[in-house]
Formats: sequence, structure tokens, C-alpha cells
Amino acid sequence: MNELSTVAELSMRDCFVDTTTALLAESPRTALVLADISAASFASAAVRHPDRLINVGIREQLMLGVAGGLALTGLRPIVHSYAPFLVERAYEQIKLDLDHQAASAVLVSVGASFDRAESGRTHFSPADVALFDTLSDWTVHVPGHPAEVSGLLRATVAADTSAYLRLSTLGNARPYADAGELVVVRDAGPGAALLVAVGPMLDAALAAAADLPVTVAYTHRPRPFDVAGLRALAGTEVILVEPYLAGTSARVVSAALADRPHRLLALGVGRDELRRYGSAEDHLRWHGLDPAGLRRSLTGFLTPAMASI
Amino acid sequence: MSSLATITTQVAEAAAPLDGRHPVAGLLERVRAGREFGPNVYSTLDVLWVLYDRVLRIAPATVDDPDRDRFLLSKGHAVAGYYAVLAAKGFIPPDWLDDQGGPDSRLGDHPDRTLVPGVEIGSGSLGHGLGLAVGSALGLRAQGLLDPRVYVLLGDAELDEGSNHEAIAYAGAVGLANLTAIVVDNSSATYGWPGGVATRFTVNGWTAATVDGHDQDALHTALTGHHGHRPHVVVAVVNNGEQA
Repeated sequence: MNELSTVAELSMRDCFVDTTTALLAESPRTALVLADISAASFASAAVRHPDRLINVGIREQLMLGVAGGLALTGLRPIVHSYAPFLVERAYEQIKLDLDHQAASAVLVSVGASFDRAESGRTHFSPADVALFDTLSDWTVHVPGHPAEVSGLLRATVAADTSAYLRLSTLGNARPYADAGELVVVRDAGPGAALLVAVGPMLDAALAAAADLPVTVAYTHRPRPFDVAGLRALAGTEVILVEPYLAGTSARVVSAALADRPHRLLALGVGRDELRRYGSAEDHLRWHGLDPAGLRRSLTGFLTPAMASI
Repeated sequence: MSSLATITTQVAEAAAPLDGRHPVAGLLERVRAGREFGPNVYSTLDVLWVLYDRVLRIAPATVDDPDRDRFLLSKGHAVAGYYAVLAAKGFIPPDWLDDQGGPDSRLGDHPDRTLVPGVEIGSGSLGHGLGLAVGSALGLRAQGLLDPRVYVLLGDAELDEGSNHEAIAYAGAVGLANLTAIVVDNSSATYGWPGGVATRFTVNGWTAATVDGHDQDALHTALTGHHGHRPHVVVAVVNNGEQA
């Protein structure tokens, strides 16, 4: 656990910077494309690798276009910015400059759904994972702890397919390695409902389900979703707790369980624009994603008759 | 699939300028198949021909060579002349031209790099080629491939898309010297470019040449007129509606 305790004080973003800096030094194929965000953290790497550390300024369309061009010449680009600027602002470049060209890249975001709550709607990106679901063959990693970041990033860069890493300031108390496939964290025995918590939602989900007949499984790789693991663990009741738009993985779960009668509760960030600031913890509460809110949803789902009393 | 020798013979026959018309006129007619072509098809033909006949270091045998020049067609609707030139130079069999756009055809109304040998990018949505070209130029340089040059063809109306201006400013600022943009200016931008297309580039540090888009010798001089440490733009001016 020495390594884990060492990185515990680093943020996911710190781990991304450190690992990417190392990858630039280790592999002449690795390139990093920035649009000013985090550029200061890569200042020394930029001096060492001026041809492969490319900051295009505040130009997100160009950032993705450059990544596509780099990939066409054989490089492995990592592209990084705040989630709304990386995914939403340049969505057509992801669709056309990468996918349509049969080019691939690793996209790494910070900010998540509302990490910088005080910045408001312009810096929120709850819809990012849903947008990747409009494309094909993207792997999506949503780590729940800084110590999960480096391994995910290294494996992703070493592969040749396109992937999205969604980093957050929210997270769980401890990391889980190799949680691409569902990992059972709490086993409530046969017949229990299955709750799947994605990335930073695990600890709140565990607290909410503490004395309920709910098996809790964890994954930090919602795409491709571990369908085989889901089918092996699921009974008739499934609960999704995702740190992005509610219902994002409902389609996947419904398709995986299409041959079985089942009920599904899909929890996540709501669609309403709240027009409120505060902290990320405040937004978790307002979206019902804190332990108390999750518990209300769980008990209502599992005992509908009780909830109305 | 036809053998290369067969294709070469077909090309020689199909591309022969029987009546003094453009060298690819016969192939273009096969693509046209009786349809009406807009002026954009004819406005790009001389630029494409000069590039493939006299400028680009690329051949059917070198379409995957890391050291090849890259040509990116950003205005993907200018595809008829592109396919005709690719056929004339042996990248694709001329037979492909007869079924362009058909259900089994590899040749859409916009090109797809995964379907057509020699096509470097899939395009159609305007404003994507220049960013991809900047990335390609950076990627070649980062790998020590200093001989290849990246050429990208745009239209003056395509410059309305703001993504181009992100790329123009950046490429000029960093002196991306292995990049040449060609803007075919047929005055089709809805609000025009007061002061001329070239000024949008030169103010950002590019070198520029503005020439008659049908003067093949002038085009050749301009397309090979890059020098030093800056990206280069060639503005090829043609008259709208003209069918050369």
C-alpha cells in the first residue's frame, strides 16, 4: 500500500500530468495536445519535447483537428481540456477528425459534471459520456480514485483504439485496481438487488445501501460496459448510480437484460439547469447523489409501498 | 480488380485530350454522366491537375509511404475533378467513375479516405481539412520526416467556418513551414473577404501568392513558391460560373 499512500495526496489531475510526462519521455510516438488548460503543469515537458507537446492556445476545434492529423501520421495523441470544451464544444471534430478518419486518440478531461461548481453551467459537463454513446467503439474510463488514473492511462495509451478518461475532484476513499469489469464490493447474498456504482459514486452508494438488501458492484470503465458481469450478478432489480447524466447506461443495461423481466432505477445527474453555484458536494445533494438522497431513491425503488406511507 | 497494366492502358485512352480539352475532361465526363455540375467542380480542376501532375511527390505505389507528400481535399464537394485526376494518375480504376455515388460505389459525393486509395482525409463538412493538415504537418515534423509537404485545398466560402481561423493563426504563429494551403477563390463567400483572401493569412505570418486559377504555369510557380520558415498559401482566383 506504500504506492497508494504516496499518491493519495495527489489529485487525479496531478496523476494525469505525471503519467503523461513520463509517457512523453518513454515513447517517441506519444504526443500531447492542449488548448491552454493545464499547459503550465507541462511547462518542463514542453521544453524537453517541443515537437510532441503541442499547445494550440484556446482553440478546441484545432486541438482535435491537430490530434486527428497527428494520428494520421502515426503518432498516439493525448488530448486534454475541461470536459465541456474537450467533448461538447468540439464534438464534430471528435466525430469527423478522429472517427471518420479511422484515426484514434486518448481524450482526458477534468471538471466532470460540476467539479468547479462555483464556475456555473459553462464549466459543467454531465452529458459527456452520453455523447460518446452516439459514436462507436469508444472506451470510457471514469476513475474513482487518483491511484486508479496512472494504470488506466498507461494501458489506454498503449492500445490503439480511442478512449475517454473522465477525471474528477470527487472520488472514493480507496482505489480499486482492475475494475474495468464489475467488482463486487458488498455482497448481500442471493436475491438481493444489484447496485452498480460508477467511478466516484461508490462510497456514497455504499453508505446509502448500508443496511439494505443490495449488492454493490463497482466499475471505472462504463464503456464497454461489463455485460457478462452484469448478467452474472443481476437478479430482477438493478440500480445504476452514475456521476454523469442520469440514465446514460440505462440503454446498455436494458439491452443486456432484454431476455429477463427486471426493474431498473437509473440515478445520476439531472437535466435541469439549476443556476446555482456552491460546491460539488452541494450539487451532489441537489441531484440526490449524496448518501441521504441515494437512500431515499433506493428505499423508494425497493419498497414502493413503504415510500408512500 | 484490374491489374495495374490494364488500368494504365485504360487511363491512357480515357485521359487522352482528343479535342484539346483538359487532360482529364474525358474522365470527368464519365463522372458527370449527364448531370449538371456546379462551377466548383470546374474551378478546382486546374489546381488539382497541376498538383498531381507537377508538384506532389506521390504515386499509386507510394500511397502508404511515410515520406510521401500529403494532399488533403478540405472542400470535399469538389470531388468530381478529384476522382477524375486520381483516375488519370492511376490511383483508382477509371471504371469506378461510371458508378460514382451508386450503392456499391466507393466514390461518394464526398470522399472517404478508408474507401478510396490515395485519398488522405474524408471530408464534406467544411472547415476540417486545415486543422487536420496542421496536425499532419506537426506529426511529420515530430517524426523527423522533413521532406514531405502537406497541401490542403479549401474554398473562399469555406473560410467562413471559424475553425479555419484557429488553424491559420496557430500555423502562422509557430511557423509551420511544411504546410501549404490552397484557397480556390471563386467569390462564393456570402459576405466576401474585403481586402482579399490572402490578407487573412499574411497578417498571421504566412507567405502568400495570388494567381489565376486556370493558369497552370502560374499555379505551378505559386505552389512551389514556399520558402524559409513559414506556412504558404496560394490563392487561386477563378471567375464564378466559368466552365474551363
